[in-house]
Amino acid sequence: MTSAAPNATATGAVTSLLDHVRPLDAGAHVTGAAFAGDMAMLALGDGCVLLCDAAGERRVDVHPGGAVLAAVGAGDQFVTGGDDGRVVVTHVNGETRAISDEKGRWIDAVAASGGAIAWSCGKQVAARDAKGNVRRMEAPSSVRGIAFAPKGYRLGLAHYNGASLWFPNTDAAPEALFWKGSHLDASFSPDGRFFITSMQENMLHGWRLADKKDMRMSGYPAKPRSLSWSNDGLWMASSGADAAIIWPFEAKDGPMGKAPRECGVRPAKVTQVAFHPRALIIAIGYDDGAVMLVRLTDNSELMARMPAPGGPVTAMAWDAKGKRMVFGTADGAGGLLTLPV
Amino acid sequence: MPDMPETNTGADASGKIPVTVLTGYLGAGKTTLLNRILSEPHGKKFAVIVNEFGEVGIDNDLVVGADEEVFEMNNGCVCCTVRGDLIRIIDGLMKRKGGFDGIIVETTGLADPAPVAQTFFMDQDVQERTRLDAVVTVVDAKWLTQRLKDAPEAHNQIAFADVLILNKTDLVTPEELAGVEAQVRAINPYARLHRTQNAKVAIDDVLGRNAFDLDRIMELEPDFLEEGHHAHHDSDIQSVAVTVDGDVDPDKFLPWLNDYAQREGANLLRSKGILAFRGEPKRFVFQGVHMMLDGDLQRDWRPDEKRTSKIVMIGRDLDREAIEKAFRACAV
Repeated sequence: MTSAAPNATATGAVTSLLDHVRPLDAGAHVTGAAFAGDMAMLALGDGCVLLCDAAGERRVDVHPGGAVLAAVGAGDQFVTGGDDGRVVVTHVNGETRAISDEKGRWIDAVAASGGAIAWSCGKQVAARDAKGNVRRMEAPSSVRGIAFAPKGYRLGLAHYNGASLWFPNTDAAPEALFWKGSHLDASFSPDGRFFITSMQENMLHGWRLADKKDMRMSGYPAKPRSLSWSNDGLWMASSGADAAIIWPFEAKDGPMGKAPRECGVRPAKVTQVAFHPRALIIAIGYDDGAVMLVRLTDNSELMARMPAPGGPVTAMAWDAKGKRMVFGTADGAGGLLTLPV
Repeated sequence: MPDMPETNTGADASGKIPVTVLTGYLGAGKTTLLNRILSEPHGKKFAVIVNEFGEVGIDNDLVVGADEEVFEMNNGCVCCTVRGDLIRIIDGLMKRKGGFDGIIVETTGLADPAPVAQTFFMDQDVQERTRLDAVVTVVDAKWLTQRLKDAPEAHNQIAFADVLILNKTDLVTPEELAGVEAQVRAINPYARLHRTQNAKVAIDDVLGRNAFDLDRIMELEPDFLEEGHHAHHDSDIQSVAVTVDGDVDPDKFLPWLNDYAQREGANLLRSKGILAFRGEPKRFVFQGVHMMLDGDLQRDWRPDEKRTSKIVMIGRDLDREAIEKAFRACAV
């Protein structure tokens, strides 16, 4: 299958994207990245978010004295959870509004989908629908990862010894998915057939939801903490090795019995992966600070950032159109890539 | 290539944040000791991980509530338990701007220190950023005898300690104190012991101990000067020390040690050793928590130093004779 490459790479003239990155001085550990429309956001370990667009940058102190632990984009706003126990919505114009205060308990994860927002602090999970109604549940153990299912008002929660699937608007007990060990990040496949978690034990675990069949994706030298699905839903990329490990999900059994592809092999560990929203291109961030784009169809590679001081790449996000990508690092460096037209 | 987490690099040089674990049975004086540490004029900033809010807090420090969530690693080893909440909290702490000079973990009175200690060896990310400095156990001189009868956790906490704070000495007679100390020593003769009232101890005796740093393991001698302490056996935990007068064969010793730790890991709480390997000018040093072993070649044997090999094991129902026999069989 061929897919339309963005204009930038289709010209064949572009050999590097280094000149198309606007450096950002985040000034603190970048804990998350997201876009809302044309506005890019970096969430920071000093409690601020850095908003960036063509007009410039501005810093908003959303969790004063704290740190942003989790962040996502949601329509024309951003949602952040802090170690001050607050869940805050920041509009692209910089206005902030706290939607919950968990009394100083850390907000460990946030997720957003179609106006709904969910967050966890310890075992407590809350889901707030688009109208502002909040439903709460207690998971069997601390929830490190939350994901909204692609269809229906349903959440997948990663915790110890498995995961739970919860319909916040019903009183039914959450559906339990068992697998021993500590499950960290959570992700549904775009078609909703699979639920994937990253694990403490340097592996991914997956369930085929139709029959709860288990899938183990192992062999990583580090925890695969970053997951990203291709726009066609047929591939899932993961961090945690010295290449982006990309599993095929086209078949009925997903990646079962299949070898993954490895993209962007470099002498550094991949810490972040983010598929382009419209083409089979993946952005890869490394622990030496480098950022590279790889096209899956021909494995062609373009550097967007050379290895640099500032620590590992800790967050990356594309805008919905696939024109721009924002990234940040552990020591507060960052950049905004605009693909050449 | 995968990045191997660096270990054994001198802790301060590596920039890792030292972590002190405070254990002790309910009412022994943990919180008193913690507040004492925090209020000393050391100018340091600590992150304090506690299970109950309220009693702790100095403006400069960050106090984080924890849930003591222990889980078993999915690696086929039943004693590989770690504190999931600690992994999560340390991950979060490392994102804060400014950082900390140290982290202090206060466990609940009923906690087994093993999962806390193992967290610092089992999790790559935690290991890259922090180092376990010492397990400090506060013991109540007045109630210890009773605790040893009714609380198995109290035994583990003493066995695991690098530093023992024998507290509330003003509430017992000198004879009672000697008896309690002998009970503690029967379980763990190697920890540094301090007798205190109101947990009053010099901060340097508690922090910056480097107890898990292989480079700092200089000798394995009991921490008391008196000869012939009373042989109390109020506990099923005891220590076994075996010395070989000379070199051992690493090709025999290392497989035995690994195998022993795998087999007896659940009963083996702490282990340490300094060894002279045949043909090796450097000392080999190891330390372990349950089945997790960490070992490396250290400095050269000095010319004036006698090459001897010694291991120390603290555990539950250890077979002293079997350990001795197996270790002596490694001698060359």
